Amino acid sequence: MHIPTLAPDVLATVHGINITNTMVNAWIAIIIFLVIGLIIKRTAAVRPTGLQNFFEFILETLLGFFDQVTGDRKKTLRFIPLVGSIFFFILLSNWLGLIPGTGSITWGGKMVLRPANTDLNLTVAMALVAVVSSHLYGLLAVGVFTHIGKFVQIKGLIKSLTKGPVAIFTAIIEIAVGFIEFISEIAKVLSLSLRLFGNIFAGEVLITVISSLVVAIIPTPFMLLEVLVGVIQAGVFAMLTMVYLSVMTTAPHGEEAH
Amino acid sequence: MLALAKGLTMGIGTIGPALAIGMIASKAMEAIGRNPEATGKLFVPMLLGAAFAEAIAIYALVVVFTLK
Repeated sequence: MHIPTLAPDVLATVHGINITNTMVNAWIAIIIFLVIGLIIKRTAAVRPTGLQNFFEFILETLLGFFDQVTGDRKKTLRFIPLVGSIFFFILLSNWLGLIPGTGSITWGGKMVLRPANTDLNLTVAMALVAVVSSHLYGLLAVGVFTHIGKFVQIKGLIKSLTKGPVAIFTAIIEIAVGFIEFISEIAKVLSLSLRLFGNIFAGEVLITVISSLVVAIIPTPFMLLEVLVGVIQAGVFAMLTMVYLSVMTTAPHGEEAH
Repeated sequence: MLALAKGLTMGIGTIGPALAIGMIASKAMEAIGRNPEATGKLFVPMLLGAAFAEAIAIYALVVVFTLK
């Protein structure tokens, strides 16, 4: 039994860049997307058939779910290139990890294939892209000062100086809350990346252990569970990215609204 | 000792999130039972709630990873 280690194995080193087994899997996913994209681009028609029909159905379903988060189809369409890509990439790379051969094909004693999301580097990168782009969109949508004002609430303190001691006290508390908001931005990256990593890594270990105990039949329900986990984790990651994007692009409440 | 600490961190740290996710799911099931037509509307908020509750368990996981 070879339980996957926390860090991915390095298969080769090219010009100082380590090629890991998770990277192999990620690139397989990217190539599949490229091929599907090129095929659909070539055969795209106003009246969809076959493959295009299938993907249009999936995209429509996805748009429906994201509409529930943003509450506005325009906003959904604005963010779908980023969030949709994240969703499909996570989904496909999770499912690629369930194909037989993952973990069992070895090269020099190392696994050649390993689910891309069992690499913390990848999930942290995606979480950083999600959170940083939510801030960039926020800066564009509500303006630089309004956006920074969400975290550093000095404006409220200056305004409160004319309103007496209670208002000043509230403003100071709001500054502290703004500081906590700042920390929660870091926690967003942490929880987004580690949720995906933890779930997929745990699934990989679970399947390895179970299939080393019993060769056939018994691992099947666990594989089915992992198929489900793959969809749900992709959905959760994309949904939370959408929530962050739509929260950041909404103007903050006026001071009366608290 | 280290293994024990890791085990205890995970074990104790996940009690709260487990209860939270159980409550979220049970309330959602209850709501679906009362009003089956709301299933589609309930799904996304339920998933989001569960994701935020799960984040607490992830902090425990982070601590376990940093224990050396």
